[in-house]
Amino acid sequence: MVKSYKQLKYYELVKRLAATGFKLKYQGSFFGYLWSLMKPLFLFMVLYVVFTVIFKLGKAIPNYPIYLLIGITLWGFFAETTSMCMGSIVASGDLIRKVYFPRIILPIATSLTSFLTFILNLVVIFGFMAYAHIPITIDILWLPLILIEFYVFTLGVSLFLSSLYVRFRDIGPIWEVACQALFYATPIIYAPNLVPIKYLKILMLSPLAQIFQAARASILPSEVITSSTVLGKYWMLPLIIVIITFIVGYITFVKTSAKFAEEV
Amino acid sequence: MTTNKLANKKSKEVAIRVEAVSKTFKVPQEKRTSLRGAALNIFTKKSYDNFEALKDISFEIKKGEFFGIIGRNGSGKSTLLKMLAGIYVTDSGKITIEGKLSPFLELGVGFNPELTGRENLYLGGAILGLSKKEIDGKYEKIVAFSELDDFMDMKLKNYSSGMQVRLAFTLAINAHAEILLMDEVLAVGDSNFQAKCIEEFNNYKEQGKTVVLVSHDIGTIKKYCDRAMLLRNGKIVKIGKAEEVGNEYMQQNMSDEELRVAAEELRVATEEESNIVEAITESQDTITKKRVKITKIEFLDRNEKEKNVFKPGEQLTVRVYFKRYISEADLNFGIALYNKDGSYVLGINTIMDKIDNDIYYRLGYFQVDYKNINLLANSYYVATAITKNNFSMPYDLISKSKSFRIISETKNEGIVNMEYEWKK
Repeated sequence: MVKSYKQLKYYELVKRLAATGFKLKYQGSFFGYLWSLMKPLFLFMVLYVVFTVIFKLGKAIPNYPIYLLIGITLWGFFAETTSMCMGSIVASGDLIRKVYFPRIILPIATSLTSFLTFILNLVVIFGFMAYAHIPITIDILWLPLILIEFYVFTLGVSLFLSSLYVRFRDIGPIWEVACQALFYATPIIYAPNLVPIKYLKILMLSPLAQIFQAARASILPSEVITSSTVLGKYWMLPLIIVIITFIVGYITFVKTSAKFAEEV
Repeated sequence: MTTNKLANKKSKEVAIRVEAVSKTFKVPQEKRTSLRGAALNIFTKKSYDNFEALKDISFEIKKGEFFGIIGRNGSGKSTLLKMLAGIYVTDSGKITIEGKLSPFLELGVGFNPELTGRENLYLGGAILGLSKKEIDGKYEKIVAFSELDDFMDMKLKNYSSGMQVRLAFTLAINAHAEILLMDEVLAVGDSNFQAKCIEEFNNYKEQGKTVVLVSHDIGTIKKYCDRAMLLRNGKIVKIGKAEEVGNEYMQQNMSDEELRVAAEELRVATEEESNIVEAITESQDTITKKRVKITKIEFLDRNEKEKNVFKPGEQLTVRVYFKRYISEADLNFGIALYNKDGSYVLGINTIMDKIDNDIYYRLGYFQVDYKNINLLANSYYVATAITKNNFSMPYDLISKSKSFRIISETKNEGIVNMEYEWKK
């Protein structure tokens, strides 16, 4: 009874911190929230020009603009959340040293701030689809489940990174480089069928590839290669990796968080 | 059965129980904050300096008590408070908290300068465990108490520091915790607001709230606390009535001060000695020409015990030893007091006071008792001189070499704490 009362309070704190983060993110800038829409759109425009006009990569993919936009939006959430969460403990060092609350609130609040932006960006995608007269199918019902999986995976990675970052600041640049590699190791600008068959299975084991393709399959009416088509009866594997990632991240965080106040 | 009940009742009265708690901080000799450092050191044995912040601390705080924790910097009092708040974990031992505890130690934790006063109230409130609804309900009261009605929609960064503190303090006292932890926060705002805070504090007593107050100011502890605990180097020195613990702390500070002053004197003395040696080698004659020489100055208390730190109201005796190489009588002995800032406090001599000097020739020293040194806290220097009776030429003069300290609780300003009484 007492505990649930406490948890209710912490839920309020998460909400308030996430809302504050959202409010402060673009404070002082003229366009405010519009920037979080314009940033992925600008990236989209650059990549679209490069891969349809110059490399003609997009020609083979149906609905390539929306396909690309989905990839960029999803990637934007993953990259932003992991890097923001990584520093969330250290950035709130002053708070941590002076007041007690479960430390996990900080990365959760930070990730929710990003998630809010992400949802708004998804709405924009649907706007584009309506404009381009691309129909929505029944498969869209899968999207909430896929987004939950995506959030859980991203949070797991974030928890792991944020607790390590307190002790080893090297994680910062390492993760930056790793993100660059992941950007190309994930089907964002290309379709998996461009990948040689022997690497395709490895590629589709990646939770990011599985999530990105599943999201596209649920949003777009056209045929999309997903993990289940590639992995067959092993379609569960990416999901298991997601769960393991979250558990490892969570345990690492909880184990180290008791000493954050001393180490940060 | 009855004993069980009794025990139950007793444990109910306890708000905070600390049992054999220790805390050691490992201070790495070379802090590793990079993977490379960690990788390089992975096979070498890690070397740490262990800093024992708290050693085997046990005590209890009863419900409704105002409990003070006092000690010098580095005594472990803040570490202890952080452990009570749950910010640090214990290495060993156990802390039991009965009741809702305020989890913060400082005012305004979590405030964001970019948000308005109103938004900060909600954010800060959430950090202290208040829901939006609860703050909604108290909003009017908080704003009225903090006297910030016209500023709630202004960004916090544009607040004056006094306004910030007022907002923070008002929020803190409205966090409806049963146990409050406070780290020197009492002196906030202007005098008007302070009066309100004191009133609020007295309300706490009536409401039966428990307050743990950490400070290094004896006055604050004596004023507000029922009981107090004195910490020194991570150990409990004394626990008991605030008044007694405060006095113990005062004594301890004085003896620390004695050691410090003594060390300083020794340093100055050895320096001077080497100077004298130089002087002798340089010009032997100037020394030998001296016909009277001051050899030593002593500060004594009423019991003739030598010391360097005094409290107002004590008796200070200054005794000056001298050697006479001439038979001529009619010397004039003088002593002057200066404070550290160079202000001349008092100058006296035996001729002006018409004192018969004969006894001093026999004793080999002259001495004056300042019956009540009603001086304010500071360092004071003594200058002393022996001259011919007509004041003309000093046989020997020692200016401002030896000093004593006054420690006092009063916050009055100036040099002398004259006896006074306000009209009632």
